[in-house]
Amino acid sequence: MKHVLKILTLLVAISAFWIGLLETSLIPRSNAWLLPIYFVVSLGCYGLLMVGIGLTRFPTCPHEALLLQQDIVEAKDFLMQKGVDVAST
Amino acid sequence: MEQEKSEEKIKYSIIVPTYNERLNIALLVYLIFKHLREVDFEVIVVDDGSPDGTQEVVKQLQQVYGEDHILLRPRPRKLGLGTAYIHGLKHVSGNFIVIMDADLSHHPKYLPNFIKKQLETDADIVTGTRYVKGGGVHGWNLMRKLTSRGANVLAHTLLWPGVSDLTGSFRLYRKSVLEDVISSCVSKGYVFQMEMIVRASRKGYHIEEVPITFVDRVFGTSKLGGSEIVEYLKGLLYLLVTT
Ligand SMILES: Nc1nc2c(ncn2[C@@H]2O[C@H](COP(=O)(O)OP(=O)(O)OP(=O)(O)O)[C@@H](O)[C@H]2O)c(=O)[nH]1
Ligand SMILES: [Mg+2]
Repeated sequence: MKHVLKILTLLVAISAFWIGLLETSLIPRSNAWLLPIYFVVSLGCYGLLMVGIGLTRFPTCPHEALLLQQDIVEAKDFLMQKGVDVAST
Repeated sequence: MEQEKSEEKIKYSIIVPTYNERLNIALLVYLIFKHLREVDFEVIVVDDGSPDGTQEVVKQLQQVYGEDHILLRPRPRKLGLGTAYIHGLKHVSGNFIVIMDADLSHHPKYLPNFIKKQLETDADIVTGTRYVKGGGVHGWNLMRKLTSRGANVLAHTLLWPGVSDLTGSFRLYRKSVLEDVISSCVSKGYVFQMEMIVRASRKGYHIEEVPITFVDRVFGTSKLGGSEIVEYLKGLLYLLVTT
């Protein structure tokens, strides 16, 4: 099944549930009408939250950059001896 | 196929696409040889007619490390990254393929981890991920981090790929799996990497992850243009309806 169909199915299921709520008036109608808005807003909040969390916890590795510099020096030494042209321009 | 696996000798073919990487490719090859000691491997450089003389350097490297270990499989002009992999794949003699960038963002010291993970789990694909413990990125500004996080959240919400790092391109593939997956991929750029892993995951291949660190390129210039975000969104939609 194409992935978009899975998502559509999910959306249809959610809408069916919502319509069910509207019809049976389990909760006051005025509240039920607002549910889709809550849904969209919370989806947006979820996205922003995840991006925010990802940003604050963004894994960085400054130490790796130093190690790489050492590797580069080592590699250049070796390659220079072997006659490979590693003069940086 | 199944019995072959245990009997056939394992050989790794490392495909490295290059465009204007004369210094980086030399450093990279040195580091590959430093870190890959006990396995049989070859490095296949797919150079797209770099004007900076990348191919001359590769030929010098062949003198040092041997032409059976370093294979130069050039193309006449810049034809893009995705087709570079396909081109390289035509010339491999190994049964496992590693794909990595030449710009030292992908450090060869992680190669043994990829190999170990594959042997332990018998995975079809081992993909390097920057977003788990032990992984990381260096050299990105806030904007780049923000874009990356945003893209990741969007892709995960929409595609449920089951892999944490979708756009990373440091990966090890079983040869037959790479051939199968790559033939059904049409995207370019970042989306290409994402399409590969999403399609592989949808096809039910066994994917494992190892942490890698990513240090943004030190030498040379980036080849990626400005309209990336638009391309990315288009790619996301494309994957949504085709996978
Ligand atoms: N053969 C070939 N190699 C390419 C082409 N474009 C890029 N490459 C190589 O592919 C690898 C990844 O390209 P990069 O320019 O580093 O792309 P990136 O890592 O997304 O971006 P930066 O590291 O930020 O510049 C490098 O080894 C490049 O030399 C191409 O058209 N043909
Ligand atoms: Mg790069």
